[in-house]
Amino acid sequence: MKNKNSQGAQECPSRCPDNSAFKQQKLPAWKPKLTAPSVLSSFFTIGVFCLLMGICIILSARSVKEIQINYSDICLSCSKLRENSSNWDKECNCSVHFTLQENMLGDVFMYYRLQNFYQNHRRYALSRSDAQLLGQDVNIENSNCAPFTTYPNGTPMAPCGAIANSMFNDSIQLSYHLNSYTAIQVPWLKSGNSWWSDKNVKFRNPTSYNLSSAFAGTTRPPYWQKPAYLLDEEDERNNGYINDDFIIWMRVSAFPTFRNLYRRLHHTNQFADGLPAGNYTFHITYNFPVTRLKGKKQVVLSTITWSGGSNLFLGIAYTVSGAVTVLAGFIITAIHLKLRKKKTYFQR
Amino acid sequence: PVNLFEQFQRVANAYFLFLLILQLIPEISSLSWFTTIVPLMVVFTITAVKDATDDCFRHKSDNQVNNRQAEVLIDGRLQNEKWMNVKPGDVIKLENNTFVAADLLLLSSSEPHGLCYIETAELDGETNLKVRQALPVTSELGPDIRRLAEFDGVVVCEPPNNKLDKFTGVLFWKDNRYSLNNEKVLLRGCVLRNTDWCFGMVIFAGPDTKLMQNSGRTKFKRTSIDRLMNTLALWIFGFLVCMGIILAIGNSIWEHQVGAHFRIYLFWNEVVNSSVFSGFLTFWSYIIILNSVVPISLYVSVEVIRLGHSYFINWDRKMYCPQKDTPAEVRTTTLNEELGQIEYIFSDKTGTITQNIMTFNKCSINGKTYGDVYDDLGRKTEINEKTVPVDFSFNPLADRKFQFYDHSLIESIKLGDAMVHEFFRLLSLCHTVMSEEKNAGELIYQVQSPDEGALVTAARNFGFIFKSRTPETITVEEMGKLVTYQLLAILDFNNIRKRMSVIVQTPDGQIKLYCKGADTILFERLHPSNEELMSLTSDHLEEFAGEGLRTLALAYKNLTEEHFKEWFKILQEANTSVDSRNDYLAAAYEEIEKDMMLLGATAIEDKLQEGVTETIASLSLANIKIWVLTGDKQETAMNIGYSCHMLTDTMNEIFIVASHTGMEVREELRKAKEHLFGQSKDLSNSHVFCEKMQESKQDSVLEETVTGDYALVINGHSLALALEGDLENEFVEVACMCKTVICCRVTPLQKAQVVELVKKHRKAVTLAIGDGANDISMIKSAHIGIGISGEEGMQAVLASDYSFAQFRYLKRLLLVHGRWSYFRMCKFLCYFFYKNFAFTLVHFWFGFFCGFSAQTVYDQWFITLFNIVYASLPVLAMGLFDQDVNEQNSMDYAKLYEPGQLNLLFNKRKFFICIAHGLYTSFALFFIPYGAFYNTAGEDGKHIADYQSFAVTVATSLVIVVSVQIALDTSYWTAINRFFILGSIAVYFAILFTMHSDGIFVIFPNHFPFVGNARNSLSQISVWLVILLTTVVSVMPVITFQFLKEDLNPTLTDQVRKLQKARRKQKPLQNYMRRVYRTNSRRSAYAFSHQEGFGELITSGKNM
Repeated sequence: MKNKNSQGAQECPSRCPDNSAFKQQKLPAWKPKLTAPSVLSSFFTIGVFCLLMGICIILSARSVKEIQINYSDICLSCSKLRENSSNWDKECNCSVHFTLQENMLGDVFMYYRLQNFYQNHRRYALSRSDAQLLGQDVNIENSNCAPFTTYPNGTPMAPCGAIANSMFNDSIQLSYHLNSYTAIQVPWLKSGNSWWSDKNVKFRNPTSYNLSSAFAGTTRPPYWQKPAYLLDEEDERNNGYINDDFIIWMRVSAFPTFRNLYRRLHHTNQFADGLPAGNYTFHITYNFPVTRLKGKKQVVLSTITWSGGSNLFLGIAYTVSGAVTVLAGFIITAIHLKLRKKKTYFQR
Repeated sequence: PVNLFEQFQRVANAYFLFLLILQLIPEISSLSWFTTIVPLMVVFTITAVKDATDDCFRHKSDNQVNNRQAEVLIDGRLQNEKWMNVKPGDVIKLENNTFVAADLLLLSSSEPHGLCYIETAELDGETNLKVRQALPVTSELGPDIRRLAEFDGVVVCEPPNNKLDKFTGVLFWKDNRYSLNNEKVLLRGCVLRNTDWCFGMVIFAGPDTKLMQNSGRTKFKRTSIDRLMNTLALWIFGFLVCMGIILAIGNSIWEHQVGAHFRIYLFWNEVVNSSVFSGFLTFWSYIIILNSVVPISLYVSVEVIRLGHSYFINWDRKMYCPQKDTPAEVRTTTLNEELGQIEYIFSDKTGTITQNIMTFNKCSINGKTYGDVYDDLGRKTEINEKTVPVDFSFNPLADRKFQFYDHSLIESIKLGDAMVHEFFRLLSLCHTVMSEEKNAGELIYQVQSPDEGALVTAARNFGFIFKSRTPETITVEEMGKLVTYQLLAILDFNNIRKRMSVIVQTPDGQIKLYCKGADTILFERLHPSNEELMSLTSDHLEEFAGEGLRTLALAYKNLTEEHFKEWFKILQEANTSVDSRNDYLAAAYEEIEKDMMLLGATAIEDKLQEGVTETIASLSLANIKIWVLTGDKQETAMNIGYSCHMLTDTMNEIFIVASHTGMEVREELRKAKEHLFGQSKDLSNSHVFCEKMQESKQDSVLEETVTGDYALVINGHSLALALEGDLENEFVEVACMCKTVICCRVTPLQKAQVVELVKKHRKAVTLAIGDGANDISMIKSAHIGIGISGEEGMQAVLASDYSFAQFRYLKRLLLVHGRWSYFRMCKFLCYFFYKNFAFTLVHFWFGFFCGFSAQTVYDQWFITLFNIVYASLPVLAMGLFDQDVNEQNSMDYAKLYEPGQLNLLFNKRKFFICIAHGLYTSFALFFIPYGAFYNTAGEDGKHIADYQSFAVTVATSLVIVVSVQIALDTSYWTAINRFFILGSIAVYFAILFTMHSDGIFVIFPNHFPFVGNARNSLSQISVWLVILLTTVVSVMPVITFQFLKEDLNPTLTDQVRKLQKARRKQKPLQNYMRRVYRTNSRRSAYAFSHQEGFGELITSGKNM
C-alpha cells in the first residue's frame, strides 16, 4: 500500500488535490428554500387552477349524453340458454326497446360494457401470441397461449390463447322508429374504431393469395362460431386478425368492469347530426355468456367531449383537491401569521 | 466466475438469485426473467469492476514484490532468483537501494565492521537511517563468495512473530555460539542505504517475515446505518411476506368465489388445480413482484455514494497538508456517514495533539535553572517575538532553527563552569544519534527519538558538537577542539529501564558512565551524597513538568578500570545467554548504574499541533466528548489538557483518580459521583447499594441533570482497576458525565479496552485518532480509526480507516464531511425507500382488481429499468452533492452536528414516515387513474381504460411524481442535479417511445407488446389531466408538512440556511472573528499563568 503511494508521489510531484469546483464541492448551486410567500402563492395558484379545471371537466362531462342498457338482465331467456354450454349452436335473438328523450348530437358511439369480466387476470392477459397476430408463422406450442394452443389432434388454433378464445361475439343492431310503423336501421361504422397503430402495426394477417388459404392448417378457437378469416366477409381490410372488433377485444382492459367500442355512428340521412330523439330498438344476437360468471352485459350509447366520456370522477377529484389546496393555503397562512413571532431566538 | 460466486455469498445477492430462480418457474413467474436479471447483471458488473480494480492493484503490487529479483548464492555462484523462491537458509546478496527480500541475518557488508544502513519506512514509517551490524566473525567473510557459500552456521531463534523491534537468537558456527539480536537482522521491507552491498542469510521468508506477520487482518467495520438498514431489510421482508400472504389468501378466495365461474375462459392448467394451491403459487408470484421494495440497486447505490464521499474527502484541499505533501486519505470507504455521528473521540496525545517536535527549552544544572526569561525588574515574562534569542553565531556548526532565550547559560559555558560543561558533554555523548556531515559545516543528525535530537542539537549549539561516531568511538567538538572518546558500552534505553547510559573512556584514560533517564528512576540510583541537589532538582523538575515540558534527569559516574572490566565480563555473559538474555542484560545494567552523581535535568517542550485548541473547542461545542489516552505522565498529560483548553480553570471540578487499590479507586469514583449529582442526593450517601441501584435505573435521567463542567483524570494503574468487573459501570458513568477525560500512563491494550468499554456501555459511535504503533489497538477497536500520517510512523495509518496529516483536519472531517455524509446518506435512504414503496405498492392495490393474480401494473421493461435508469441518477446526485448548510457554516455552528449523534435523520420513525409517504403516493398513483378511467372512453371514443394505457399512465405519473419529489428534497441544486432530474424524465420518455415504437415490435413481437401505446395514450388530454392531478395530490401534502415544520419548529439547520440566504443577499460578512490562531507563545503564557504561585515560590526563593 505504502509502496503504491510512493510510486504515485513520484509520478506527480505534488499530491495536492486539484482545486476544481467539483472536487472541492463548491459547484455553483441554487439553494431553494420553502419560504412563506413562495409556498403560499403556489398553494393558491395550484388550488385555483385545480378548482377551475375541475369545474370545467364536470361541466363538459355533464354535457355528455349517455344511455346504458343492461341487456343481460332484459334478455333473461337468452342468458339462461347460454349458461349451458351445450347450447352453443342455438341462436338466440333479443330485442330491447328504449326511448331517447333528447337528440344525441355529434359523434355517437356504441359500446358494449362487461362487468365482472377479469380481462386483467395475469394468466388470461398473458395468454396470447403477438407474433401469431403479426402474421408470423410461429410454433404456438412455445407461446404463452396455454391453455388454448392446439386441439388434441395437434391443429393449432388461430388466433390462439384465452383472450382470443373468449372474444365478445354478440352482434348488436339498432333500429330507429320513425313512427310506429316504419323502422329504419341506424347505420354504423364497424371499422376505424381501433388505434391506428394496432390496426396497421400490431396486427397483420398471414400473407397468402387469399385469406382463407393463409389460415390453412389452423382452426378457429373452440368458442368461436366461425374462423378468423370469416369475421367480416364484406370488407377485406377488416377481416382476419385485423378485424376491428377482434383488435379491440385483444386490447385487454385494466379493470374487471370495462367498456369497449363496438360501433361508431355513420352520419347519413336522418343521422347526419347524430341520433335524433325518439324510439329505438336494439336487435341483439345473444352469443356471449356472462351470467355464468356472475357478470353483466350492457350496451351503451354515448357522445364524447374533450375530456373523454361521462365519468365525473376526474372533475370531482380536481374540484376537491383544488378546494382542499386553497383551504390548506388559508390555514397555513393563518398558522404562519399567528405563530411566526415565536421563532426569533437563535442559538448557536 | 470466482467473483460471481463470491458475490452470491452475500446474503442480499443470494436472495436475488433465489428470486431469479423463482421467476424461472413458469407457474409462479409473474415477471419475465429479465426484470430481475438485468438489474442483477448491472449490479454485479459494477461490484465486479470495483472488486476487480481493487484486486488488480493488490495483484500488481503482489506480483511486483514476488517477482523482484534477488541474487541468491546457489552452488557457489550468484544467481538471480525471484523473491517468491527465496527459502530460509539461502544466502542473499543485496545491493545499495534495494529492498530486503526476507528477514535476513546480516553476514557481511561493504562497510567497515560489517555495518550497514537501512531505511525502515515501509515497516514503521521512520525515514531516518538505522544501523545494523554484522557479527565480527561473519563480517570477516567479506565479499568472498566461496567462503560465503561454505558458510554453514545454524541459527536458533524464536518462532516467527510480529514484534518489529525484538529478535533473539543464537548462531552456532564453527563450534561457537554467537548471540543474535535485532541489530544483526535485516527485516523484509527495509531498504539498504549507503551500503554498496551486503550478504545475509535468510532466517524467515515469505509469510513468516515480520512484515507479513504484522499485517494483521483488520476487523470488518460496519456503520450503524448499515446495521439499521439490515434490520429494516428484514422488516421489509416480513412486510413483504405479510402482503404476500394477504394477497395469496385473497387469491384463494377469489379463485373459489369468482374464478370458478371465469374458468370457462381460463382453464386450470395441469399443475394448478385447486384454489388453495393457486393461492400458494400467488404468494410466490407476489414476492417476486413486490421484492422491488428492497431493490438490488440499493446496496450498490449506497456503496457508490460512500465511494463518492470518500473521493470528496481525498480531494479536499483544506485537508491537504502542504508541509508533508499529504492529502487526506480514506482507507475504508464504507464508513463515511458514521463520521457524522461521532460522540466520543479517543485521542492519543503524542504526535496527535502534539507535534512530537521537541525543543530544548529549559534545563537545571547543578541546582540552577536556565531557560526562563526575566524582564528588567526580575520578573518572569513570557517569550514573545521581541525577546532576543541567544546568538549562536560564534558556533559555525550551530543549528539555525534552534532558539534559546536565556543568556545566562551561554555565559556559564563561556566562563567554563565544569558542571555545565559536563552537562553538555553528557548530552553530546549519551545518545544513539547518527551524524552525517554532508558538506563542511553542515551536520545532519539521524535521530531515533525527537527528544534525543533536541538534546543533541542543544548541546551542539552550546558548543559541544557531536561530530561522528564509530562503533567504538565518539568524536565530539568541545568548545572548538576535537575530542575522541572510546565508547566502551551502550546501555540502551527501553521502556522498562526508562534510561540509557554510555560508558566512555576519555582521551586521558578516565572511564565515565553517563546516564540520562526518567527522574523517578534515576533518583533511586544516585549516590547518597546527592540528597540536597536531588531535592532541588526535583523541585525544578516539577516546575518543568508543570509547564508541560518533558523532563529527563542526567547523571554521571566515574568508574575505575578494574570495576569496569569486572562488570564487562558479566555483560558479555549476559549477552550470550539465549533464553532470557534481556533479563540478564537488565540485571547487568542495573549493576553498574548505581551510585551516580546527579548533573541536572533537561526540559523539552512538546509543541502542540497547529489549530489543536480551536479544533477541540469546536468539537466540544458539537457535543463530542474528547478523551485523551496517553502514555505520558499525569502532570504532562494534564498540562497538555490545559494548554489545549480541555481543562480550564472555570471547570467546576477536576477529579483525579490515582490510587493503587480497587477500594480506593471505588471510593474516589464514588466521591466524584456524589459531587456530580450534587446536594440533591445527599441523603442516599449511606446506602451504597441502594444508591447504586437507583443510579443504574436513573442513569439516563441523571445524565441530563448534571450541570457544569467536570473533568476526570485517571492514571493507568487506577484505570486497570477501574476496568475490572463491577467498577466498570461506575467508571463509565462518572467518565461519561465529565466533559473531559484524560487517561494517562495507559498501555496500548488499555486504550483499546477503554474504547471497547464506551462502545459497550454507551452504544455511542466512537472515533480513535492516533499516530503511533501504540494506537493501533485503539484504532482498530473504535468504530472509526484515524491515523495521523505524522512522525511516529505509518503503522497507525495502515491500520486506520482515514488518515490525514494534522489533528486540526479532524474538525473538518467530522463537522463538514461527516455531517454531510450522514445528512446525504439519510436523505438518500429516506427517498430511496419512499420511491420504492410508491413504486411497488401500486401492485398491491391492483391485486384487488385483477383477481389477485399477480398481474403487474407496469410494463415489464419499466419495472426492469425504473430502479436502475429512471430513478437512480437523480437520487444518486442528491446523495453525492446535496448540502444543507455550506461548509463554513457547518464549521461555525458546531451544534449542527447533533442530529447525527442523536440519530435523528434516519431512524425507525423516519423510516415509517417514508413508508407511509410511499404508501400514500402509491394509493394516489393507483386510485386516481382507476377512478378516472373507470367505465369511460378516450376523447376519440376509443380505448383509454385498457390495461396497457393504464400501465403507461401510472408509470408516467410515477416517474413525474418521483422526480418532483426529489426536486423538493434536493436542497442544493448543482448543474449535475438539474441535468439528472430533467435528464431522467427525458430518458424515460425517450425509452418509452422507443419501446413502444413499431420497429422494435416487429423485431421482437413477444417482448414489446406495448407498441403504439405511448403515442395513443399520451396524446389524450385526460391522461395528462390524470398525471397532473396525481402529482398535485401526492406532492401538496408533503409541501404542507415540510413548510409547517420549517415555519413553526425550525431546526437549527433551517435557521442557518435562512441566515445563509440572508447573508448572501447583503454580501458576505464572513465571521472569521472566531478563527484566532492560538500561537505557541500564548500557550506557554497560559501555562505560566496557571502555574503562577507554584513557580514563583520556587524561583523567588531558590533561584537567581
